[in-house]
Amino acid sequence: MADDPAARPDLPGRAPTSLTQGIGGTTTGRVGESVLRPDGVLKTTGEFAYASDLWHEDMLWGHTLRSTTAHARIVSVDTAEALATPGVYAVLTYDDLPTDVRHYGLEIRDTPVLAHGKVRHHGEPVALVAADHPETARRAAARIRVEYEELPVVTDEDSALAPGAVLVHEDRDDHHVGHVGHPNIVHRQPIVRGDVAAAAARADVVVRGSYVFGMQDQAFLGPESGLAVPAEDGGVDLYVATQWLHSDLRQIAPVLGLPEKKVRMVLSGVGGAFGGREDLSMQIHGCLLALRTGKPVKIVYNRFESFFGHVHRHPARLWYEHGATRDGKLTHVRCRIVLDGGAYASSSPAVVGNAASLGVGPYAVDDVDLEALALYTNNPPCGAMRGFGAVQACFAYEAQMDKVAAELGMDPVEFRRRNAMEQGAVMPTGQVVDSPAPVAELLRRVKARPMPPERQWETTEGPDLRSLPGGLSNTTHGEGVVRGVGYAVGIKNVGFSEGFDDYSTARVRMEVVGGEPVVTVHTAMAEVGQGGVTVHAQIARSELGVSQVTIRPADTTVGSAGSTSASRQTYMTGGAVKNTCEAVREKVFELGRRRFGAYHPAWATAELLLEDGQVVTDAGEPLADIAAVLEDEVVDLELEFRHRPTQPFDLRTGQGDGHVQYSFAAHRAVVEVDTELGLVKVVELACAQDVGKAVNPLAVTGQIQGGTTQGLGMAVMEEITVDPVTARVRNPSFTDYLIPTILDTPAIPVDILELADHHAPYGLRGVGEAPTLSATPAVLAAIRQATGLPLNRVPVRPEHLTVSRPSAD
Amino acid sequence: MRVTFTVNGRTQTADDVWEGESLLFVLRERLGLPGSKNACEQGECGSCTVRLDGVPVCSCLVAAGQAEGREVVTVEGLAGPDGRLSAVQQAFVDAGAVQCGFCTPGLLVAADELLERNPSPGDGDIREALSGNLCRCTGYEKILDAVRLAAARSGQGA
Repeated sequence: MADDPAARPDLPGRAPTSLTQGIGGTTTGRVGESVLRPDGVLKTTGEFAYASDLWHEDMLWGHTLRSTTAHARIVSVDTAEALATPGVYAVLTYDDLPTDVRHYGLEIRDTPVLAHGKVRHHGEPVALVAADHPETARRAAARIRVEYEELPVVTDEDSALAPGAVLVHEDRDDHHVGHVGHPNIVHRQPIVRGDVAAAAARADVVVRGSYVFGMQDQAFLGPESGLAVPAEDGGVDLYVATQWLHSDLRQIAPVLGLPEKKVRMVLSGVGGAFGGREDLSMQIHGCLLALRTGKPVKIVYNRFESFFGHVHRHPARLWYEHGATRDGKLTHVRCRIVLDGGAYASSSPAVVGNAASLGVGPYAVDDVDLEALALYTNNPPCGAMRGFGAVQACFAYEAQMDKVAAELGMDPVEFRRRNAMEQGAVMPTGQVVDSPAPVAELLRRVKARPMPPERQWETTEGPDLRSLPGGLSNTTHGEGVVRGVGYAVGIKNVGFSEGFDDYSTARVRMEVVGGEPVVTVHTAMAEVGQGGVTVHAQIARSELGVSQVTIRPADTTVGSAGSTSASRQTYMTGGAVKNTCEAVREKVFELGRRRFGAYHPAWATAELLLEDGQVVTDAGEPLADIAAVLEDEVVDLELEFRHRPTQPFDLRTGQGDGHVQYSFAAHRAVVEVDTELGLVKVVELACAQDVGKAVNPLAVTGQIQGGTTQGLGMAVMEEITVDPVTARVRNPSFTDYLIPTILDTPAIPVDILELADHHAPYGLRGVGEAPTLSATPAVLAAIRQATGLPLNRVPVRPEHLTVSRPSAD
Repeated sequence: MRVTFTVNGRTQTADDVWEGESLLFVLRERLGLPGSKNACEQGECGSCTVRLDGVPVCSCLVAAGQAEGREVVTVEGLAGPDGRLSAVQQAFVDAGAVQCGFCTPGLLVAADELLERNPSPGDGDIREALSGNLCRCTGYEKILDAVRLAAARSGQGA
């Protein structure tokens, strides 16, 4: 169709979907059982309402105009032609923002809602359009004329810290600027412990290595999306896919000039997150357009825009020195990790804290000298992704462990075993690991697994191409294919660290309906696919002895549940549900004592439980039906739950009890490499993980397999490539940014250990992230074994593996 | 323009369709069938997979006008008329093949077509048939379990 403003697409009209996503069906089962998801049926029938499915009568479509250049002064923005486009209701720029609060950010408010004066990265939002058809909005945005005057770009440590370097942020006043040493450094965290020089003098072998870790994308499948509906009280109702409703709220409300109570947020269906929804995307933009037009506004990013619409995993350059004695004991570790934070801070400071504090890995080393820092550059902003700062380090320290083992002529698993931390070990931060740390056992388990058969592609009817490197491209029938096996283990923190006041809230209501005790659980936890809604019902059934549990949709009418990240939700919001259930249970016992205490001495003397709708003694004697105890009473409590406090790391020494809990996983990778073409087939990627307590074994296994596969993707295919000259993103699409398909993904056998952490609810340990760490270095170790190449960067590409070309970087 | 085609056994008409609209857009935004998903809109992820005259296609790459007079089956058409889940839908729920669920509709349509064509597929067949459907949550193991389970149950006449 010609670009004729009059020939615009017509307003779509359709049956509305529900704005509030119900959880769906009921389930049965308690803590420790493989309970099925309550939303599983709706998700298989297509009825589950994701944020991008929302619809409202009279709804407009919002669109974001983004910068085409990475670093430029904005000379002028002309919106006249866009505004004159038929079907367009509003065009907004920085000048239209309603209050003086025009920036937001998770920790540092450095991100402009719309660009002002300059743009600092490719794809930065510059203007917003609302129109009655998404295509009309897109075309109108294309008619906004933005004149840029290009500025030099900062793209790496050299250009960021060179004398006279362009400053990405000229007027920093955040609380990190005083200690970082240069305004293009977001945050810097050294960790010094012991006497590294003396320890290094004892080393029989010293191994040094430099490593490069590419920029990974979360690549959740459900695009950024939400629907903002203006309300009669001048406020706005926002239905959105996010990881943390209350964090969004704190950032949105001041920009809109509204009190938080006038911004009512409801979680809509979330199509995956993996860290990529921790920062705001369309939330403020949608609300601004809705409040300006007085109409509901929906914004849905397409995949191209999604690559610009969320932060990525920090790419990193890492330098390591490991020393060891001849008998295979590490003497010391020196390390420097430079993370590229991109143009805005996002969660870079916390990523730095993780990279530094977990930078040695799950090994006992007394003498360490580490430093991690994150740069401000004009590359795409980076922030949270599954594994959060621990992933980059794990790739490098595990490569180092293999190199040291090779220097010593020692088996790499045996070398790791000799240095594996155990309960009671001291971290580089001085923190004592005070719960099980079965590092050696996890490695033993993956090593003890039977190997997949050699030449596994052979069948009676000839080679199965699908099991060979190159697959159906038919590049080999086994010629030139070499097998390699590699091992890796990692350590990840669980929960928010470094003194953050990390809490979750749960409201639990118990009442009698139709003669049966029923429980309603309400939290603001973002269900992003992990299965928290399943777990909450399991916990309520276990603690309150009822079968009927309803999970209310997450919204901001209940207190914060914190973020669905840091492997924390089962621990934290699960813990909050358990905690509130316990308080509800005590109320039930009090009522029971009042009503029936005179009839049976056990009410006063016995340990009481709620089981199968009854109050019972710990000896199993029933005392009363819960329904009879409650009668017309409703017990309804909303309580906060906190994990034990943590401390910030000392800015000079890095000492401090910074973490809540540690989580460990190990992998064995078996790969087959077509050494002539550099094509890799991962044949098996076995994982063993300690989960403390498998609250839902089916969901735990799914988390481990999913996390493992993201680590596999990082090893061999996933990378956002940024032009080093222009800092423009080269591959914002699923055509050019590859994630593993079912043909790329091997069998992932999972071995679950349950060694309780007595500080945690049910002894559980956060599960989601640890497997993402060790999968990548295990695959790399296997490819190194198959090829004999050093391979100091991920992802590995075919050209890095072929004989004619040297390994990259 | 007006587009008329059969969706899940019912004749549906969409008016005022712009020529540039995809079948996916018309299904989701004009016919009230948002089950088919919009994860990439460039034919790479398979989340929008529907059957067009029986053949699995990425509905984001089919112009709405191309569906004129043809037969479309979406995820909303897999369950029985009484709302009972089909074997493959039930198997996805039971096997834990659903996490965030955004890929699920496309995978179900593709798996349903595979099992129709090949009631007892081997693992290689399953992987090949589903290789156009990206999943970011599960690592695919439970999806393989689900398809195996659906095949086994169907083989037992369940």
